Amino acid sequence: MDLQPTDDQLALIEMVTGFASDRFPIDVVRSFGEPNGFDRDRWTELAALGTFGLALSEGEGGVGLDFIDAVLVHEALGSALVPGPLLAATLSAGLVDGVLDGSVLPAIVDIPHDGPIIVEHFRSSDVLLMVDDDGVRVAPSAHAVGIDVVHSTDPTSPVSILESVPAGDLIGGPELAVAWRQRGSLLASAQLSGNSTGSTNLAVAYAKEREQFGRPIGSFQGLKHLLADSWIRTEIARSSVWAAGVMIDESDVGSVDRAVSGARLTAARAATENAKTCVQVHGGMGFTWEVDAHLFLKRAWVLETVFGSVDEAAEIVARLYAAD
Amino acid sequence: MHLRDSESDAQFRSEVREWLRGAVASLPEPPATEDWPGRRTFDAHWQGLLFEAGYAGINWPSEHGGRGATPTEHLIFLEESAAAKAPDVGIGFVGQMHAGPTIIAEGTEAQKSHHLRGILTGDHAWCQGFSEPGSGSDLASLRTRAFRDGDDYVISGQKIWTSHAMAADYCEMLVRTDPNELKHKGISWLIMPMNLPGIDVRPLVTVHGSTEFAELFLDEVRVPVSNLIGEENDGWRVANVTLSFERGTGFVGELLDTTSVFRDLIALARSTKRNGATVWDVDGIRHEFGILGADLDALWAFTKRNVSQGARGGMVMGSGSGFKVAFATTQHRLGDLAIRVLDRASLSLDDVDGKPTGELVHSKLHAFAISLGGGTTQIQQNIIAERVLGLPRER
Repeated sequence: MDLQPTDDQLALIEMVTGFASDRFPIDVVRSFGEPNGFDRDRWTELAALGTFGLALSEGEGGVGLDFIDAVLVHEALGSALVPGPLLAATLSAGLVDGVLDGSVLPAIVDIPHDGPIIVEHFRSSDVLLMVDDDGVRVAPSAHAVGIDVVHSTDPTSPVSILESVPAGDLIGGPELAVAWRQRGSLLASAQLSGNSTGSTNLAVAYAKEREQFGRPIGSFQGLKHLLADSWIRTEIARSSVWAAGVMIDESDVGSVDRAVSGARLTAARAATENAKTCVQVHGGMGFTWEVDAHLFLKRAWVLETVFGSVDEAAEIVARLYAAD
Repeated sequence: MHLRDSESDAQFRSEVREWLRGAVASLPEPPATEDWPGRRTFDAHWQGLLFEAGYAGINWPSEHGGRGATPTEHLIFLEESAAAKAPDVGIGFVGQMHAGPTIIAEGTEAQKSHHLRGILTGDHAWCQGFSEPGSGSDLASLRTRAFRDGDDYVISGQKIWTSHAMAADYCEMLVRTDPNELKHKGISWLIMPMNLPGIDVRPLVTVHGSTEFAELFLDEVRVPVSNLIGEENDGWRVANVTLSFERGTGFVGELLDTTSVFRDLIALARSTKRNGATVWDVDGIRHEFGILGADLDALWAFTKRNVSQGARGGMVMGSGSGFKVAFATTQHRLGDLAIRVLDRASLSLDDVDGKPTGELVHSKLHAFAISLGGGTTQIQQNIIAERVLGLPRER
């Protein structure tokens, strides 16, 4: 057993973190939300790092690492709010031509039984990936009819509402749908875990610099306890995210479904609560568009709905514990 | 990163499992909670079995009589002990987890040869005299005074929260040897035999109604100077050296107990009829079980991270404090859920209807032991904020 990243994994995390701060600083992240703001060149640079093919074998053009490595990378990307269809690309790389090198942009949707079909990044996408109980299908995005939402809740995750979805070509049956839902859920949770780190770092930096009553506000216990709780929620979240990632690679050590659903619960809580704390610590400025705190919160709200809600996750964990 | 046992860990696990099966089956019925002599005998007997089998002091260095096991092996041993329903460390807690490691790190050869073996065999039980009525979170303000008089220290004062004092042979004491020095300076670490004249042990009844703790009233107790561990007035540092023994396994026993309570509560919810269905069929109850199950799994994963880091020879900064705060939150939440599941059966601390309901009410009260003991949740939050996040000190 070894549930801490190895030196190689730490180097991988550092490399991705460095790339994100260099090529996806927050003003670039914000620009992705503007009309026609999706910067394909930067997306191609991200792909060129091997981001989407980490867990794909070298024969398939990937890096040949484990799924946990993809989890760690998504955590680092989530921390920097790197935008775009990150998990759609990671799931479909190697199966859909052009995704691996970034030349084809995918959008992904888990077709709901009822209610509107809302898809992130559909407006910039080349292909639409559709997941349902029968399998996974792919179609050119142009074959789907959709309306781009004018004001997406998360400005850096622009969404469209599809009126209908095309039939598309089947790329895998029910097993692939199960695998994608499980892996997609965990990659979203990894981004949530990273998101909770990003908002905590922002809040801590502000608490050290902002002065009121003649001293940094971070010296007051009321804020210290809020921020310590943020740090703890992150450590709890990343613990369950990492364990679930390793369990996908070593599926004999326990219930992967329970681990993945548990990771959603702890990571969604860490991201939403820490982002709210980040807004609160910024005081009135946290309520403005200009301060980045709201971007973490809004991204967290998007991610916590991806491949399973927190209520579904709680139900799965409860049932699997009872069956164990 | 891995969760699987390595080959050698799997081998160790199967050896431990095999030994525990026989050893646990050989045990007599455990004594009642308030039967201190009975508990002392029972716990010492179990420790003796561990000693003979080479499992005593599992994480102690082998040159001091321990097994020198890796942190991962220690975790495996605790997991298997819980699965086999083996006794926990019991009255041996302070000796094995704190006093022994302190003596190993700071004691003289004479002190080591006099004390370590008795802790490992279970012949000697220890208690801890650190906290005082006026010195809780601010432990370094302690005032129990030790005057030097010839070859003795003469100790007067009062200690509180002294676990197992009723059954202990020795007490690890923090005393003020220099009243002119403030706070951390001027404190010394002493071994106090519990059979000396001038020691009055008064049980302190907890919210459970048990006498796990005591107060010590000390009136001119004469302790030989040879019982000083480390230098005079250097006791604060000595008290903290045992932290370096911590390799992530500190809360595993408690976490195992809590996981077991959680499973008992699921079984109870599924078997308890209410309003024509079972308690488990209530959506809100099941939702809460899901969240707590995820939190427990996360606490296990956090533990494994810390043990993994411990195996590399360090700890994740702040992880002990962070674990304790998160664990306390989960414990309190589990206690609240237990009360919802039990409904009016929670009015009895004794079992109702032949079901283990009393244990569940106890576990609700026990949550305070985690959020208060060993540094309150709020003190841990301060530690994380200042030492991990680097926020400025208030004072």
